[in-house]
Amino acid sequence: MAERRVVEMALATPGVDAAGRPARIPLVAQASPGEPDLKTDHMLINIGPQHPATHGVLRLVVELDGEVVVRVIPHIGYLHSGFEKLGEYRHYNQIIPLTDRTDYLSAPANNVAFALAAERLMGIEITERCTVLRVIACELSRIISHLVWAGTTAIDIGAFTVFLWMFQERERVYNLIEEWTGARLTTTLTRVGGLMADVPEGWTGRLREWCAKFPKTLDEVDRMLLRNGIWLGRTQDVGVMTAAEAIDYSLSGPMLRASGVAFDVRKDHPYLGYDSYDFEVPVGEHGDVYDRYLVRMEEMRQSVRILLQALDRLPDGPINAADPRVILPPKQRLMSDMESMIHHFKQVMEGVPAPVGEVYVPVENPKGELGTYLVSDGSAKPVRWRIRPPSFLNIAALPKMAEGHLLSDLIAINASVDIVMGEIDR
Amino acid sequence: MSDAAPENPSVAGLRARFGAAVGPSAVVAGATVVHLAVDRAHEILAWLRDAPEERYDYLVDVTAVEYRDRERPLEVVYQLRSLARNAMLRIKIDLPKGGPLEVDSVVDLWHGADWLERETYDMFGVRFRGHPDLRRILMWETYSEGYPLRKDFPLRGRFSRSEQVRRALGAGLDAHYSMEELTIADAYDSLPADVRERLASERGGAER
Repeated sequence: MAERRVVEMALATPGVDAAGRPARIPLVAQASPGEPDLKTDHMLINIGPQHPATHGVLRLVVELDGEVVVRVIPHIGYLHSGFEKLGEYRHYNQIIPLTDRTDYLSAPANNVAFALAAERLMGIEITERCTVLRVIACELSRIISHLVWAGTTAIDIGAFTVFLWMFQERERVYNLIEEWTGARLTTTLTRVGGLMADVPEGWTGRLREWCAKFPKTLDEVDRMLLRNGIWLGRTQDVGVMTAAEAIDYSLSGPMLRASGVAFDVRKDHPYLGYDSYDFEVPVGEHGDVYDRYLVRMEEMRQSVRILLQALDRLPDGPINAADPRVILPPKQRLMSDMESMIHHFKQVMEGVPAPVGEVYVPVENPKGELGTYLVSDGSAKPVRWRIRPPSFLNIAALPKMAEGHLLSDLIAINASVDIVMGEIDR
Repeated sequence: MSDAAPENPSVAGLRARFGAAVGPSAVVAGATVVHLAVDRAHEILAWLRDAPEERYDYLVDVTAVEYRDRERPLEVVYQLRSLARNAMLRIKIDLPKGGPLEVDSVVDLWHGADWLERETYDMFGVRFRGHPDLRRILMWETYSEGYPLRKDFPLRGRFSRSEQVRRALGAGLDAHYSMEELTIADAYDSLPADVRERLASERGGAER
């Protein structure tokens, strides 16, 4: 309990080593002499569920030995809404609004994930324009999600400015998303077989402008944090997961890659034609909070690369598949022609039956691998809609990462996982 | 669905090695699904993880499926992935409705199974033998309406709203803290006497 870690002159860091890499500050654990142990009892403290540093309604019961975390017992479920149960009572298109509310920081990507699964179940081919627009939606989601991560993590560790810069950029992306879907947070962007709307006139140009400016903000943030002594001291060698441990704990996304495992669903099980885009997947090597920061920052840059390629190739054409099973007739025809109206009525009231079968479709969401497991018995409502939630599995490793660290490191580690309680509790 | 995709070769390996313990297999929408006998499932999953030609080192998901057809068994579903070979395999274990809903835990094979199995227990009532800490996870400790994702569980819950409110207001410490936490260090001594007594008496029978 008298252990105390000494950060060796954090502010006197030379910055980079001979190889040009940012220097890693050694963290030395040593018993401090002269301080008597006041008491050897362990302390039990309860953090949350309403606490700004737990990023939502996460509750941590922590057993402390002095300032050292002996045990962390996370309690989840405070935001449990029974989405999976609700999904069993809804048509496939009616489930899409529920996906908004799972990982609500990257709603468009969740919409795409569900639509892809339903389409594979029903055997629907989506159009070329829809595919590219969905890639744009996924990458914008990745960026806004990582922006929130970077901002809130920096605030947890004590850097307030980053939060403001990141949220300003996020606001710009939300303006674009609002122009496209009419909503900011709950986008409900996709439909089975297509999208709820095409992008408005001039939108691609505005996205291009934003893509040109955005990397500068990332560079500014990097200038603030990359070699900042306090940042290095708080993040390096904190919350380490080795590659083998990360695989054993089923981590995914940036958490897995920061530990040195080069697995990205976009590369390894490509969907939406991701294999035809030119982008890199950043991989860390130490598996600590600092490497997670590096990985996420680089992922945002790569997302901008993908966005620019997607804008370059965005073809004209319809956004909805030419499949009358799932696509509603145009509104004008609905008002003038009886058959279209019956078609519309039956599709909305009875839903679209999916063939008997099941699919598991993984996508690379900002938080990690979001899997959608759909089981159909041939009716218009799924028998089982299972979300494989990346945050749920990532936060399950929190006790493993935090035990033995200081209480203040627990906050940094928890922040580095990038959780969204909506998705963990569902 | 047209299933042009070939069957995952792991199934042939499983049949050659475990024979009758490997049940029917199928290719559904391009993915291979194979059923295993419940009593040898743990051994077979361990082999799938460790055999050099299989190496399913990454557990993607554990969940369960109950069908609307009441005659069909409940299925525990494992999604496995081999990162080295970039292959996926879906394992199912059938649990007939009449029998015990019990399978062996795989937490000793993949740590990631810890919370996934707890969630499956919480939502479906499937017990995982050998799980180190099989508690409810999304619902609270003292939740007593049953298992929400079972088909016989009504969408709005079993209890009336007023009963739900009554129970929520009457919830004690044990709804919010696990037994383990309440006994940590001196927190235990500062508990009210009646709670301490209750915990002490419950701890004997707490082997769920």
